[in-house]
Amino acid sequence: MDAAAPFTPDAAGSNADRSLVIRNLRKEYRAGQPVLKNVSLTVEGRGMTAIIGPSGTGKSTLIRCINRLVDPTSGEILFLGQDIAKLNGRELRRIRRRIGMVFQEYNLVERLSVIENVLTGRLGYVAVWRAWLRRFDPKDVDRAFQLLDAVGLGALANQRADQLSGGQRQRVGIARALMQDPDLILADEPTSSLDPKTSVEIMELISKRAGERDIPVIVNIHNVALAKRYADRIVGMSKGEVVFDGPPRELEDSHLLEIYGGEGWLE
Amino acid sequence: MSASYPATRRVAFPPNWPARIAVALLAIYVIYAAQTLDFTWARFITGIDHGGRFLSRMFPPNVAPDKLQLLYAGMTESLQIAVLSTVFGVALAIPLGLAAARNLSPAPLAWFCRGLIALLRTFHPIIVAILFVKAVGFGALAGVLALIVASMSFLSKLLAEAVEEMSMNQVEAVRATGASFLSVIVMGVVPQVMPRFVGFCAYQLDSNLRNSALVGLVGGGGIGATLFTAFQRFDYDFVLTIVLAIIAIVMVGELLSGFMRRLFQ
Repeated sequence: MDAAAPFTPDAAGSNADRSLVIRNLRKEYRAGQPVLKNVSLTVEGRGMTAIIGPSGTGKSTLIRCINRLVDPTSGEILFLGQDIAKLNGRELRRIRRRIGMVFQEYNLVERLSVIENVLTGRLGYVAVWRAWLRRFDPKDVDRAFQLLDAVGLGALANQRADQLSGGQRQRVGIARALMQDPDLILADEPTSSLDPKTSVEIMELISKRAGERDIPVIVNIHNVALAKRYADRIVGMSKGEVVFDGPPRELEDSHLLEIYGGEGWLE
Repeated sequence: MSASYPATRRVAFPPNWPARIAVALLAIYVIYAAQTLDFTWARFITGIDHGGRFLSRMFPPNVAPDKLQLLYAGMTESLQIAVLSTVFGVALAIPLGLAAARNLSPAPLAWFCRGLIALLRTFHPIIVAILFVKAVGFGALAGVLALIVASMSFLSKLLAEAVEEMSMNQVEAVRATGASFLSVIVMGVVPQVMPRFVGFCAYQLDSNLRNSALVGLVGGGGIGATLFTAFQRFDYDFVLTIVLAIIAIVMVGELLSGFMRRLFQ
């Protein structure tokens, strides 16, 4: 069983193709009212892609379809040689553990310690009884400590997650995602609950730690300035469709008006 | 459209007619029921008189050695009934409660389990105890089985509700790592509901201590059986001894469960 397999950084896919291809992705929460209207998008296996757009335009739905926290109505999501949209059960869990996720509200398990939250990232590989008795592989535990150092929280490993500040929690969230040794990181509004300075620090951290591991990142973000500063590519969405796709320097005010609609707010 | 009625007053707190009607109907029914059941002052006064004589026959409590022997045997059996039924009740309540939580288990299973819990909770433990006494005969086994059913149904209902109230964000994050269902339970659900569930279990142990005296009255063994015999033999002074002992045990149980709750917060 793979559960006992020790962690090996370059095992599954760092040399493999990490690109993601989305074809005609459609999602209707209520029949006839699509939130995503046949979105097609190809994301290269490196760098940071930022998705911007107004609230309620399907950014979160798009990102959540990729790891199937939301089930798409139709379309294909091709990643690591599989169509994620068609996977179920064990196969779905196997692809999920290759995809790390960072959440807007951090979504740490509040009553677990910081180090336990980070080790949650290994649950796809660890047998239940080991998780229950906290008998994680010592190599995994060592790596969890290293990752906590890398996000600047080495001293707080044994604190309970509910004692942390927002910025600290998001750092734990990033460590948890990296703990999966993923082939892709999804970040759903990772800075929207944080103050401006912390927001920059968190984006810097995601960009740096993912960059040095060559992990592609897809991030939903409201802050256009942050998107332009850290992303290699910007995808603008409006009303369930992609209306802009290009490098940050090509994003003009006219595009922003098209993405967000209205005028007068852009001074 | 309101142009012709400019002075129409806007109502901030509209009267809740359904609630008013319900309260009125309840009041009418209470008066009716009290009348049909011959609930009169005169009867109440005679009742107090009887009660006074009954109480005076209880004093002083009987502490003869043979009686204390009976008391001790009954008490230890009750304690065993309470602990056994709580432990097995908790063990059965965990899977049933998780399966009944609508945010974790598939809808048909959740509804089936909710139905089962509702069915088990239909009858008071005493009625269930009578059924078990008929099925497996007089004695502690019937009492244990009855209280297992009561504990299981009560705890699984509370567990299901606690699980439904937990934060799905935290569960979602654990699920997104590719964790299996059981791992999600262990690392995402248990940490959230554990403190409350331990509190429920402590409460259940506490109430099983009381109930273990109760099931004895209908043949389920324990101190209740001793109490029932004493009543039937008009040994009212021994009844008082038993009652005092039950009060003492229940108080100790209360302290114990409070301690348990604090331990797991």
